[in-house]
Amino acid sequence: MKIMVTVKRVLDYNVKVRVKADRSDVDLANVKMALNPFCEIAVEEAVRLREAGVATEVIVVSIGPKAVQEQIRTALALGADRGIHIETQSSPESLSVAKLLAKVVADEQPGLVILGKQAIDSDNNQTGQMLAALTGLSQGTFASEVKIEGDEALVTREVDGGLQTLGLKLPAIVTTDLRLNEPRYASLPNIMKAKKKPLEVKTPADLGVELRAHTELLSVEPPAERKGGIKVGSVAELVEKLKNEAKVI
Amino acid sequence: MSEAVNAAERESMEFDVVIVGAGPAGLSAAIRLMQQAQDAERELSVCVVEKGSEVGAHILSGAVIEPRALAELFPDWKERGAPLTTAVTEDQIYLLGDATSARRIPNALVPKTMHNQGNYVASLGNLCRWLAEQAEALGVEVFPGFAASEVLYHADGELKGSVKGIATGDMGIGHDGLPKDSYMPGMELHAKVTLFTEGCRGHLGKQLIEKFALDKDADPQHYGLGIKELWDIDPAKHQPGLVLHGSGWPLVGKGQEGTSGGFFLYHADNNQVVVGLIVDLNYSNPWLSPFDEFQRMKHHPLFAQYLEGGKRVSYGARAITKGGFNSLPKMTMPGALLLGCDAGTLNFSKIKGTHTAMKSGIVAAESVFAALDEHDSAGQDITAFTDAFKASWLYDELYRSRNFGPALHKFGTLMGGAFNFVDQNLCGGKIPVTLHDTRADYAQLTPAAQNQKIDYPKPDGKLSFDKLSSVFLSNANHEEDQPSHLQLKDASIPIGTNLPAWAEPAQRFCPAGVYEVVEEASGPRFQINAQNCVHCKTCDIKDPSQNITWVTPEGGGGPTYPNM
Repeated sequence: MKIMVTVKRVLDYNVKVRVKADRSDVDLANVKMALNPFCEIAVEEAVRLREAGVATEVIVVSIGPKAVQEQIRTALALGADRGIHIETQSSPESLSVAKLLAKVVADEQPGLVILGKQAIDSDNNQTGQMLAALTGLSQGTFASEVKIEGDEALVTREVDGGLQTLGLKLPAIVTTDLRLNEPRYASLPNIMKAKKKPLEVKTPADLGVELRAHTELLSVEPPAERKGGIKVGSVAELVEKLKNEAKVI
Repeated sequence: MSEAVNAAERESMEFDVVIVGAGPAGLSAAIRLMQQAQDAERELSVCVVEKGSEVGAHILSGAVIEPRALAELFPDWKERGAPLTTAVTEDQIYLLGDATSARRIPNALVPKTMHNQGNYVASLGNLCRWLAEQAEALGVEVFPGFAASEVLYHADGELKGSVKGIATGDMGIGHDGLPKDSYMPGMELHAKVTLFTEGCRGHLGKQLIEKFALDKDADPQHYGLGIKELWDIDPAKHQPGLVLHGSGWPLVGKGQEGTSGGFFLYHADNNQVVVGLIVDLNYSNPWLSPFDEFQRMKHHPLFAQYLEGGKRVSYGARAITKGGFNSLPKMTMPGALLLGCDAGTLNFSKIKGTHTAMKSGIVAAESVFAALDEHDSAGQDITAFTDAFKASWLYDELYRSRNFGPALHKFGTLMGGAFNFVDQNLCGGKIPVTLHDTRADYAQLTPAAQNQKIDYPKPDGKLSFDKLSSVFLSNANHEEDQPSHLQLKDASIPIGTNLPAWAEPAQRFCPAGVYEVVEEASGPRFQINAQNCVHCKTCDIKDPSQNITWVTPEGGGGPTYPNM
C-alpha cells in the first residue's frame, strides 16, 4: 500500500507574526519558514506505518513556489520515499489545493492519504474534507490514533466528552491532530540521503487543473495592543473603576 | 547518560573539512574551499554545522559592512544579488554630553577608520543566508539545527591529541538528563581539518584556546556587549544610508567611572533603522545594566527624533570580541584552525568584524586547501596559515589598529580619541608604541558597596521597554524539557559569593532576563531561566567568579532573528 502525505510551507511557529506596514499581508521577508507542524505529524505517522510493514511507500506532495521543495526535502529526511512538487506562483487556496491533490490521488492510487488537519498560517481546516468530497473517499478527521486492520482504517478522534473511533474502508483520507504522535528529529545522514531521493516537479496544467481565486484578501490587521494595567489604592477604588471605567459590574 | 554509552551509540561521518558555525567566517571558508576544488577539479567534502534553527537565526550585527572580502570571494557579488543594497550616504559622529545634549564631531577630526564611504548598511543575518545559498550551490553540506557540542581528539597513534572533528549534541534528552522517546544520539563528524568559526566566545573555541594554550603570548581578550533593535519608522524621517555613531552619555557621569562604549543608529532600507549600544565589558560598577543603559539612551533627542512614532520590530544581543591584534591567540593547532570572532579578528577601530572574519576564512581556506593537496592527511598543524595571514591585508589592518581599544581604555574617550586621531590619521596606525590592556574583563568589577547604585527610569512602552517584552521579539525558544545549557561550576557561588560582593551582577549584565535572584522565605535563591537565552555569551565572559559556563543547548534552540 502506498501512503500519500501532503505538506505545507508555513511561517515557523517560533516566529512572531508581523503585519506589513501597508496592511496588505503578513510580512514574510527573510522570516524563517518551516514545515507545518500538523503536516510533520502526518509524515511521521506515514513513516511509522511503513516501518511497521503496513505500507510500502510514502509519497510527499507539496504545492507552491520552488521554495516548498525545502519542506519536501525535510519530509524526505524524516523518512518519506519520494516527493512531488506542484509548482505554482503563490500558495493557492484550499479548494484549488484539494483539486490538485485529487488529481495526484487519481494518478498515484494511494491506499491512504494523510493530511495535517490545518495549516498554522491560514488556519482553514478544510483541505482534507474537500479532498474527501472530490475523491469520494471516506474521511477521518482530527485523528489521535490510526490503526490499519485488513482493508479498514480505525481512526480515533478526539470529540467533545471523549473519544470516537471510526472504521473507514480503504482507500481513505485522514487528517492529523496534535496528539497523534511526536515527530522524530531528522538525522544528519538522513538529511544527506534526502537530497538524493526522487522529486518530481509538475504544474497545475500537467494535472489539467485551472487555478481560480474564490476569495480575495482585503487587509490584515494585527491584534489590538494590550494596554498597561494600573494599581488601585483601595477596594472602593477598584469597585468604582470596574463600575464606571470597565463597566463590567 | 554516561559518556561511554553516548560514544558507543554514536555514528560517525567522514569529511575533508568540517566547519563549526555558519557565520561570515565559516561560510567564506567553505565557499573558498569549494571554489579551489572546482578549479583544481578535485573532489572535496565540506560540511558546515550551525546551532541556529536556520542559517542567520543566531546572527546579530550592526551592521555597516565593508565589501572588500566579499568582492574577493565573488567579484560579481552585485550581479549575484548579495543583500548589500543600501550604500552609506553620510557619516555623523556625536559625543553626547547628557540626556539632552549632543555635539557633532566634524568629520575632519574623526579617526579615518570610522569613515564609511563605499560601505553598506545591511543585515548580516541576511548576508549569511545568501552566503549559505552560494555555498550549497557549490556543493557544501550546510546543516542548520545541529549544534557542535564537543571537540573530538585522536586518542592514539601518530595523531594522538590532534583534533579529529566534532560531535553534535544529543537530541531528546530530558531535564533530568535521561533520554526521552524522541532521543537521537549525536553524530561524530570526523575531518582532516576542522575550522572553528563559532563567533565571539565560542564554547568549543574557549576549550581549544585552553587545551593548546593558544593565548599564551597574547594579552587577555576583551569584549563588548552589543544590544540592538530593529525599528519601522515614519517614512518622512527615513534617510537610507545615513549612519550615526558616537559615545558619551549614558555611559558617563556618576557611577560610570570606568565605563566605556558607543552607540550606533543606521538607516537601512524599507523605512527601517537599526539602533544599538555597545557596552565594553571591562566596566567596574556591578550595578550597571547594559540593557537599561540602552533603553534610556533611546530617549535622547538624537535617537528619539527618528524613533518617535515608529514601531520596534526585533530585539537581540551578542557579545563582541574586541581585543584586536594584541589579544589575538595563535589560530592554528594540530587538525584545526580558530577563525573570525572565535579567535578575535574584529577591527575595533572600524567597529567592524564582518570583512575581517570573512578574510580570515578565505585565507584559511587557501592554506587548508594547499595543505590537503600536498599531504592528504588528517591532524596537520597548518602553520602555513600563520605566514599567509601575516602577508594579508587583514594582518596589516589589525596591526595598524592595535592601539585603538587600549588607548580608549587607558586614556578615556576624549584623550584616547585624540590619541587615536593622531595614530590613525597622521601616522596611519604606525606609531611605534604598542599599548597593552592586561586585565581580563571579568576581573574589573569592584565591590557593590563601593559603587554608586544606578537608578534607571521605568520604560515608557513607546521608546523604551522591559526585558521580557524585548526577549519576546528575539523569537527565542528552547525545547523546555532539556538540561540547562547554562552550567554553574559551583552552585553555591551566586548566592554565597556573588550576591554579597557584587549584588550578583548576572541579573543585570544578562540582556535577556535569564538570571534572577528570587527572594523567598528561606532566603535568596538563584534562578536560571535558560529558555530566555539569546546566546550572547555575556555571562560566560563577565561573571566575576567565572562560574558560569555556556554550553550548547539542543540544536535549533535560541533566538530566531529575522533581518538582524
